Amino acid sequence: MDSLIPFTTSGSLVDCVDKKVLIVLRDGRKLVGVLRSYDQFANLVLEDSYERIFHGLEYADVWKGVFVIRGENVVLLGEIDLDVEDEVPLVQVPLQHIMPLHNAENEVRKKNEIEKGKILMKHGFVKEGGEGDGY
Amino acid sequence: MLIFSVFKTLTDQVVTVELKNDLCITGTLKSVDQFLNIRLDKISVVDPERYPHMMAVKNCFIRGSVVRYVQIPATAVDTQLLEDATRREHASTHKR
Repeated sequence: MDSLIPFTTSGSLVDCVDKKVLIVLRDGRKLVGVLRSYDQFANLVLEDSYERIFHGLEYADVWKGVFVIRGENVVLLGEIDLDVEDEVPLVQVPLQHIMPLHNAENEVRKKNEIEKGKILMKHGFVKEGGEGDGY
Repeated sequence: MLIFSVFKTLTDQVVTVELKNDLCITGTLKSVDQFLNIRLDKISVVDPERYPHMMAVKNCFIRGSVVRYVQIPATAVDTQLLEDATRREHASTHKR
């Protein structure tokens, strides 16, 4: 049984506990926080979390606190390299500055997704994800 | 379970995972579980300018349900063996 542990969700996430992680959700939101707990469905508990809103190489943070995420909404969990984090060319800007840009970007993306869906539909493809894989 | 076994044999290989949002991540396959959740180490993102949030991420866990494709090295899989294994599995699950 011990040999199976590396091949389970639990086995692979155990070394991320108490680390600073980035979560990408299916609706496109990015959350940064400390991973405190998880289970086999990738349900996650984050502490001291904030939502990070990006536009190009700029970002803004919105404080969220403790976050429990239902596994089905998780796209990806990334462990943040604290050394690299200080060197990346991202700059923090005020939220008021980034919000309109971010919203405009989302609108464009939504429109593109709809267009793409229509074209794919013509070729016999079913719409992927349904309730939004806009992440 | 067959595909799960295939992925298990691919551990420590460099693979590229394409997500349903078109994000492509290349990295060393560290582990995979029964839902085909994937753990990648030493990752790099194809087209990092489009995904600035991934810049500081060194390893990641990807939920199996959001994966579209996994690109694997052609040399890492023996298709003949896989074909035989598929037939064998079919025969064993359909025997009377």
